[in-house]
Amino acid sequence: MKAAIVVFPGINRERDMAIALQLATGHRPQMIWHKETVLEGIDLVVLPGGFSSGDYLRCGAMAAHSPIMPAIHEHARRGGHVLGVCNGFQILTEAGMLPGALLRNAGLRFLSMDCHLRVERADTDFAGHYQTGQVFRAPMAHGDGNYFAASDTLDRLEGEGLVAFRYASASGEITNAANRNGSQRNIAGIYSPNLRVLGLMPHPEDLVDPLMGGIDGKPLFDGLAAALAA
Amino acid sequence: MKAVVTVMLKEGVLDPQGKAIGHALGVLGFTGVGEVRVGKRIELDLAETDPEAARKSAEDMGRSLLANLVIESFQVEIV
Repeated sequence: MKAAIVVFPGINRERDMAIALQLATGHRPQMIWHKETVLEGIDLVVLPGGFSSGDYLRCGAMAAHSPIMPAIHEHARRGGHVLGVCNGFQILTEAGMLPGALLRNAGLRFLSMDCHLRVERADTDFAGHYQTGQVFRAPMAHGDGNYFAASDTLDRLEGEGLVAFRYASASGEITNAANRNGSQRNIAGIYSPNLRVLGLMPHPEDLVDPLMGGIDGKPLFDGLAAALAA
Repeated sequence: MKAVVTVMLKEGVLDPQGKAIGHALGVLGFTGVGEVRVGKRIELDLAETDPEAARKSAEDMGRSLLANLVIESFQVEIV
């Protein structure tokens, strides 16, 4: 799997993402500055977390119009894989590559803590090393992670099985208490209709080594590396 | 020519900032305040001199960047 991480000004999670990808694939992913315009020979494009352009106007609004974005649209249109984490998820929604938007957290506080995610389906290239219904721990760190979409969009996402992960209790129950940012229907991550584009708010790349305090996020990267090995 | 673009969250979209401000106003003793909504005011200095063309241009900017139409609506005023 050849992975590329897009670096926008103000992004700060790209190095940890690179560590997670390198652990899974055995080689360093390519770093691509947002002003580049070409993506060649890349299987997976990753939009990492951070605060692109200082979160000015709206989180991800500027990055969604970066020079590299047409190449990412084209990569996705050809069926290429795209992973957006945190600010990366916000950029994907701002770019119209995933539906909905990420609003200010319902409690207005920046949330920096662990959460638990329930895997809604494991038959995807991203979640293949998890089990459906499995709960894993993931750190989150965001001020604008409150997933919003019109109710017919939410119904479509659920009806087509495009909800990737939901905020859950440690035992897997979908509760309001587990939904700290107020996301609609506890949605933490969603897929595109072809299941090749995934956006999620929490950070699986932050738990990929026992030295980080756990390896709950590692199956996501190992699963991707296995699915895209060819 | 100056265009003022006002961006507001759509009806039905939770506005936690508005809620917090409404709550704080109540704490300060201001009574009779109903719903509070927070938006953005963006002022654009435009080279365009025709008001209708300036409005159209500002509306294009609103749709492509200044507002996210999934959650926000906007109004343009030429001043």
